[in-house]
Amino acid sequence: MNAVEIEGVSQQYGSMTVLHDLNLCLGEGEVLGLFGHNGAGKTTSMKLILGLLQASSGRVQVLGRSPNDSLVRRQLGYLPENVTFYAQLSGRETLRHFARLKGAALAQVDALLEQVGLADAMDRRVKTYSKGMRQRLGLAQALLGAPRLLLLDEPTVGLDPIATQDLYQLVDRLRQQGTSIILCSHVLPGVEAHINRAAILAHGRLQAVGSLASLREDAGLPAVIRASGLKQSAQLLQRWHADGHQARSVGVDGVEVVAINGHKLGLLRQLLGEGEAQDIDIHQPSLEDLYRHYMDQAENTRAGEGAA
Amino acid sequence: MTQIWNIARKELSDGLRNRWLLAISLLFAVLAVGIAWLGAAASGQLGFTSIPATIASLASLATFLVPLIALLLAYDAIVGEDEAGTLMLLLTYPLGRGQLLLGKFVGHGLILALATLIGFGCAALAIAVLVEDVELGLLAWAFGRFMLSSTLLGWVFLALAYVLSSKVSEKSSAAGLALGVWFLFVLVFDLALLALLVLSEGKFNPDLLPWLLLLNPADVYRLINLSGFEGGSAAGVMALGGDLPIGGLLLWLCLLLWVGVPLLLAYWVFLRRPT
Repeated sequence: MNAVEIEGVSQQYGSMTVLHDLNLCLGEGEVLGLFGHNGAGKTTSMKLILGLLQASSGRVQVLGRSPNDSLVRRQLGYLPENVTFYAQLSGRETLRHFARLKGAALAQVDALLEQVGLADAMDRRVKTYSKGMRQRLGLAQALLGAPRLLLLDEPTVGLDPIATQDLYQLVDRLRQQGTSIILCSHVLPGVEAHINRAAILAHGRLQAVGSLASLREDAGLPAVIRASGLKQSAQLLQRWHADGHQARSVGVDGVEVVAINGHKLGLLRQLLGEGEAQDIDIHQPSLEDLYRHYMDQAENTRAGEGAA
Repeated sequence: MTQIWNIARKELSDGLRNRWLLAISLLFAVLAVGIAWLGAAASGQLGFTSIPATIASLASLATFLVPLIALLLAYDAIVGEDEAGTLMLLLTYPLGRGQLLLGKFVGHGLILALATLIGFGCAALAIAVLVEDVELGLLAWAFGRFMLSSTLLGWVFLALAYVLSSKVSEKSSAAGLALGVWFLFVLVFDLALLALLVLSEGKFNPDLLPWLLLLNPADVYRLINLSGFEGGSAAGVMALGGDLPIGGLLLWLCLLLWVGVPLLLAYWVFLRRPT
C-alpha cells in the first residue's frame, strides 16, 4: 500500500486552476522531495494530503483512507511553514497540549524536545524563542505519536547549518524506521542525498518526478569533467575538438570538457591514460541544475502555448 | 468529548495564567459590594437598602460589563489561532471544527461562570454576613438568579464573538466588530426602540413593541432580573416588558436560544472558513 496516492487531481480556486491533473504517489518508507517556485502548487498539494482541501476532481488517498479520516490524522505529522505557536505557553506546555490532542503519550514530550535540541529551553515561554527554535518545536510537534507519514514544509528555514544537518540525519533515521516523508523545500543544496525521489512542480503541473539518476538521464544534462596536471593538454584538446566535444583549457595544464550522455567514461579513460592527469573533478548535474532545466522547460512550454 | 475538553482546558489554564479569571472575579466582587452599600447614595441614603434595589443596580451595570468582558475574552478565538498559524495545524489533528469551537466555548464559558460565581458570590456572602436581619431566602434566590442569568448573558456574547472571529481574517477587524456588537446591543438598540416609539406617534402597533425587546439579549437579561419583585422598579424601555404576556420561564428560554443560535451560526461560518 502506498502512503499517499494522488490520482488525476485538479484543484480550482474560483476560476483559477492551481493544480492540473496531478498524479503522484509516495511509497512506504520513501522520502519524496517536492520542489517548485512560489505558487507552483506545493502548498495546495500538501493541503490536499492533509485533508484541509477537497480536490475539485480526482482522488486523494492517504494511508489507504480518505485524508479526513481521524485514523489517518493520528498517524500523520505535519510541520507547517510558519507557525508561531502560543506565545504565553512554554515549549513543554505547548507540546503537551498537542500531544493530548493527538492522543500521543505525554511521556514522549520531554524525549522529543531533547531530540530536537530544546532540552534547555523547554520551560521557557515560546515568546522568547528564536525562529530556529520555533521551527524545532514545530518539528517535535510533527513527530508526536510516531507518525507513519510526515509532511515537512520548508523544514530548514531558520535553521543553522548544524541544525540543518541534524534534521537531514533525522530524516534518514525516520526513513530507516519506515516513515514515509514528503519534504517541501526551496533550499535545494544538501537535500539531494536525503531524498529517494524528487518531484518538480511548476505552474500547477508536475514537470518531472523520479530519482535523481533517472531525472539526470531524462534531462540529458551533461557532466562536466575538470582535470589538472596534464602532460599533453594541447593534444587532448585538439582531439576532442575534432571529435566534436565541448572542451577548453583551464590554467596552464588543465582542461574542462563537457561529457554528454555516454561519453563520460571514455573521456575519463583518455584523461587518465594519455593525459596522466594528477587531479580529476567530475561535476554531475545537481538537483539545482535539474530544477533549473525543468523550470526553463516549463517556461518554454508556456511561452509556446501562449504564442499558439 | 475528550478533544473538546482538551481544547477547553487550555483556554481555562490560559484564563488562569493571564489572570483574567482573577481580574474579572475581583472586578465583579468590588462592584457588587460597592453597589450594595453605596448604590442608594443618590437618594441620600448610605448603607445597604434592599435586595431588589441592589439587584436592579447590579443588573444595569452587568448589562454593560458582562457583554464587554465576554467579547474581549473570545473575539480572537478563531482568527487569533489563524494568525498564529496554529489553526491550520489544529485542523490537521484528529479534531473536528465543531469540537474546536465547542472546546473554546466550554473553556471561555467556564471562566465566565467561575468569575461570576466567585465575584458576585462573595458579594452575596458579604451581604448575608454583614447586613442584619436580611431575608436569606430572598437573597439566595435573587443572587442565584442574577448570577445564572449573568453567566448566560456572557455566553450569548461569547457565541456572538465566535461568529465574528470565524468570519474575519484579521484580529483587528474582529476587535472592531466586537466593539460594534457591544455598542449595538447595549446602547443603540434601546435608543432605536425609544426613537421608534416616539417617531411612530402611536401608529406602531403597541402590542408588537414589547416583543422587540426579545431581539436584544441584554434586554431579556434585564427583564429577567427586574421581574419578580414587589412594586417593580422598571424604568425606561424596561417598562415595556411589563406588557409582555410571557412568563419568566420563556424569558430564560429566550436567553438560552440567544446562546444556541449564534453558536450554531458560528459553527456554520467556521465550516466555510477557508484554510
